[in-house]
Amino acid sequence: MRVHAKRAGALLGASLVSSQAMADWTLNMAPGVTGTSNEIYGLHMTILWICVAIGIVVFGVMFWSIFAHRKSKGSKPAHFHENTVVEILWTIIPFVILVLMCIPATATLMDMYDSEESDIDIKVTGYQWKWKYDYINEEFGYFSNTTTPQDEIYNRVEKNEHYLREVDNPMVVPVDKKIRFLVTANDVIHSWWVPAFGVKKDAIPGFINETWTRIDEPGIYRGQCTELCGRLHGFMPVVVKAVPQDEYDAWVAEQVASAERERELTSKDWTLAELMERGEGVYNTNCAACHQANGEGMPPTFPALKGSRIAIEDMNAHLDVVVNGVSGSPMQAFGEQLSEADLAAVITYERNAWGNDTGEMVTPKEVFDYKNKE
Amino acid sequence: MTEQRRSNARVVGWCLASVVGMFAFGFALVPLYDVFCEALGINGKTQGRYESTTVLERDDNRTITVQFVAQNGPEMPWEFRPVVTSVKVHPGEPTTVNFFARNPTGLAMTAQAVPSLSPSEGTLYFHKTECFCFNQQKLEAGESVNMPLVFIVDAAIPAEIHKLTLSYTLYDQSDPAAVSAAEQTQITTNDNG
Amino acid sequence: MSAVIDTHAQDHHHGPAKGFTRWLYTTNHKDIGSMYLIFSFAMFLLGGTMAMVIRAELFQPGLQIVEPEFFNQMTTMHGLIMVFGAVMPAFVGLANWMIPMMIGAPDMALPRMNNWSFWLLPAAFLILISTLFMPGGAPNFGWTFYAPLSTTYGPPSTTFFIFAVHIMGVSSIMGAINVIATILNLRAPGMTLMKMPLFVWTWLITAFLLIAVMPVLAGVVTMMLMDINFGTSFFNAAGGGDPVLFQHVFWFFGHPEVYIMILPAFGAVSEIIPAFSRKPLFGYASMVYAVGAIALLSFVVWAHHMFTVGIPLAGELFFMYATMLIAVPTGVKVFNWVATMFRGALSFEAPMLFAVAFVILFTIGGFSGLMLAVAPADFQYHDTYFVVAHFHYVLVPGAIFGIFASAYYWLPKWTGHMYDETLAQTHFWLSFVGMNLAFFPMHFLGLAGMPRRIPDYALQFADFNMVSSIGAFMFGATQLLFLFIVVKCVRGGEKAAAKPWEGAEGLEWTLPSPAPYHTFATPPEIK
Repeated sequence: MRVHAKRAGALLGASLVSSQAMADWTLNMAPGVTGTSNEIYGLHMTILWICVAIGIVVFGVMFWSIFAHRKSKGSKPAHFHENTVVEILWTIIPFVILVLMCIPATATLMDMYDSEESDIDIKVTGYQWKWKYDYINEEFGYFSNTTTPQDEIYNRVEKNEHYLREVDNPMVVPVDKKIRFLVTANDVIHSWWVPAFGVKKDAIPGFINETWTRIDEPGIYRGQCTELCGRLHGFMPVVVKAVPQDEYDAWVAEQVASAERERELTSKDWTLAELMERGEGVYNTNCAACHQANGEGMPPTFPALKGSRIAIEDMNAHLDVVVNGVSGSPMQAFGEQLSEADLAAVITYERNAWGNDTGEMVTPKEVFDYKNKE
Repeated sequence: MTEQRRSNARVVGWCLASVVGMFAFGFALVPLYDVFCEALGINGKTQGRYESTTVLERDDNRTITVQFVAQNGPEMPWEFRPVVTSVKVHPGEPTTVNFFARNPTGLAMTAQAVPSLSPSEGTLYFHKTECFCFNQQKLEAGESVNMPLVFIVDAAIPAEIHKLTLSYTLYDQSDPAAVSAAEQTQITTNDNG
Repeated sequence: MSAVIDTHAQDHHHGPAKGFTRWLYTTNHKDIGSMYLIFSFAMFLLGGTMAMVIRAELFQPGLQIVEPEFFNQMTTMHGLIMVFGAVMPAFVGLANWMIPMMIGAPDMALPRMNNWSFWLLPAAFLILISTLFMPGGAPNFGWTFYAPLSTTYGPPSTTFFIFAVHIMGVSSIMGAINVIATILNLRAPGMTLMKMPLFVWTWLITAFLLIAVMPVLAGVVTMMLMDINFGTSFFNAAGGGDPVLFQHVFWFFGHPEVYIMILPAFGAVSEIIPAFSRKPLFGYASMVYAVGAIALLSFVVWAHHMFTVGIPLAGELFFMYATMLIAVPTGVKVFNWVATMFRGALSFEAPMLFAVAFVILFTIGGFSGLMLAVAPADFQYHDTYFVVAHFHYVLVPGAIFGIFASAYYWLPKWTGHMYDETLAQTHFWLSFVGMNLAFFPMHFLGLAGMPRRIPDYALQFADFNMVSSIGAFMFGATQLLFLFIVVKCVRGGEKAAAKPWEGAEGLEWTLPSPAPYHTFATPPEIK
């Protein structure tokens, strides 16, 4: 009971704070920061006003009838029940309006399908439940996971400003460059959407889709997955950071260098404490959503790791489950998604946290060898 | 009343025939869709082996960038990537590129690569004369291989297309019986956990 | 409920057998109609309860009441139950009750099949609802059950879901065949097609739509079944299949399905507005042609649900133009209803209130539909709450208000009593306010960027979600009042005249109220 009361208190507190801090009665679409999104906004407003105008005429006549032609006011019914001229007119006029509306819509659509040469190509891959961004020409790529803590989701602490719309590694792109997105998925259909760009494309396993954008202003733009993709569909944010070209170039150089450092991490000598520290972070990002931060899982779908045979007995079986996943269950193969250092850290963490004190550790080098064993 | 019955029977007969017809039509949509996709080149499904008796016309004035991306399907542990990420080709010129694959597991595995081309408008103009995706690929434990792809971009490709991206997704097609036997142990240990 | 039914039965002096077997074996169109209506209302309450769970979870950001997994089961079951359990059976119930009485027929053409098509439904829904208690839970992939989420990644209960859909499909097809046979073969002498009431016309066209698309639904779930259990690869890219193909086949069924849920409401409203305007329906012939045009167009617009899946430019343009074209016949219908009211002598009893609200709110849903048809703009609207707002505006004040209007309009004929007008008007106003409060803010949420089918949302969506939830609770609670009004009306009340509505037209009003168990044993003469 006390826990519930506490939770309710936190909930109430959080909601009061959020409604004060975030009072946001946005009524309309925002114009966005790309040519496409501005064109879409223009179309949206045009068709909206056309609808409003038609609505005023139709509902105007209707309400006038409702007030003026009431039986209680002694209205005597007329007997007309057809008028060919009127009927033809109200067939043709809407048709003409629609044709007029189609002209700008067609032009915008053709812009969106423009296939002119791009400056940067990024492959966007949807996974249950995260995105992977591969910079094709620069030959590096990384996963982008939500960083919203479980405590915020379950109302145990106050929610931060970017609740559910924050990631560890945002996509970084330069402004004023044509960026081409190649969109696909690993498991089920996802959909990649950034409202400020007017870009939404379904990510379909086995198939590749393309779309593009050119961002006018630097900034951080947020969106999320828009195709139901399973349990954590609502927890799959998209964050894009648009920066000036020189900043982008520096970032790319840093990424290439850090890929190199990652390789060095693999060969470095690690202590148990170092692995535990790194492992906790990796665990909370990748595992806690299902197996829970306390390792107790949510049986039967998500087994507990605390005291589990996998986590305290044979090391190879543990490596196998984490690296290759378990087919026919929600447990994914993390072998490709995490670096050797992260895999080693998280496995070590699972074998030593929550009273699983095996004292055993696995080094990145050993993981590397396991992944490459013959 | 019998007249009534006869006309009822006729209506029911027609309706049931339509029901059966529409049920069949639902299934017919599957091949029809494939035919549509192939004929119009929609959906990025590339065609099978290209065979032509006429030599394709070359156009050395145009350059098309062909870009390659590769990804694995779910739970596919192979290392799989294009050896080069893009090439510039002239339409009509046969080009060979390689994809690298390695099976890092301790079991022999079979895989199938599923191609997809973007923009889909280019599908009709992208001809593969040789491709590893025509067959399943079997790799022994630890084995690696360079798999060739030979393609020709048709000179008739629309002028507005400058870049084609060919994507392969690699799916595990190993004999399910063998694999599930291997995985059975994992699942049981996992359940106990 | 059984007490109610018994009282109802005792009002008839000849015909019905007593006890439960009467309902199990009945071939009487009025009995079957009542069973359909009661069943659909029960499903409406069940689906509504699930909507309450959804809105309760969305009342505030964060996860507080249910886990995401169960939330997905709720959205899925809410959609399936409302579409296949509430709206469609309610219209079949209305068709059963009214079509024979409107065309001067003694019963439906195929009474035994009629009994079967009803009794399949409880069986189907028992299976569907039982999935909630199966290991792995109920279907959790949305009522559109896109592959591969519903095939490779579906819960074990998916096979039962498929079986339930098959049974529902058979039931709908049998119902549709019955409607077609009745309308084509059992019309009273002199009742030519172009003299038929519009409700009969819209149902005839709906029945043809059902026959055309329910088998396609059966086909697509059969393909799923084969993918799941027999190793085929219709929708699995790994085996050379295509997940997008699923969407094409599904929406080939799905778009006509939307019109199946709205056309009979068009028909009912076209009966009610003239009755309470005391003036004949404006443009009868154009109404019939408009419904036909809408039905035909519904077969060539399906891909507007798929603008973002990556169909080529030419495809996008075709489906955008075709979809916008639907606005023309739909507009004609709205203009005709308004012209019917124009210079009439209007009064606003409950059926008319619901019918007028239908016209206004359905038109708003039509406007947002037109906006969604604009393909480039759809890239922003697609799969957001704007879409949720749109289809709830079409289905709640469209289909459901149409059903309420019909129920109040024909209750005196069914029960022999007038319903309580004050309570009915209270039901209307609470529903009207609740419904708008629940669904109008969803437009704003969608435009601000909130995706649909999420159990939790970013903080900027908090305010409107709370408003929407309050509206939904209000709308939901109000429906219990409807139950009370109907029960009260069945049990007693002011005796209804044969024709309780001054301006009503049609053969059903030539019969006494309540309508005897057997009517039009000898066909009426139509001038």
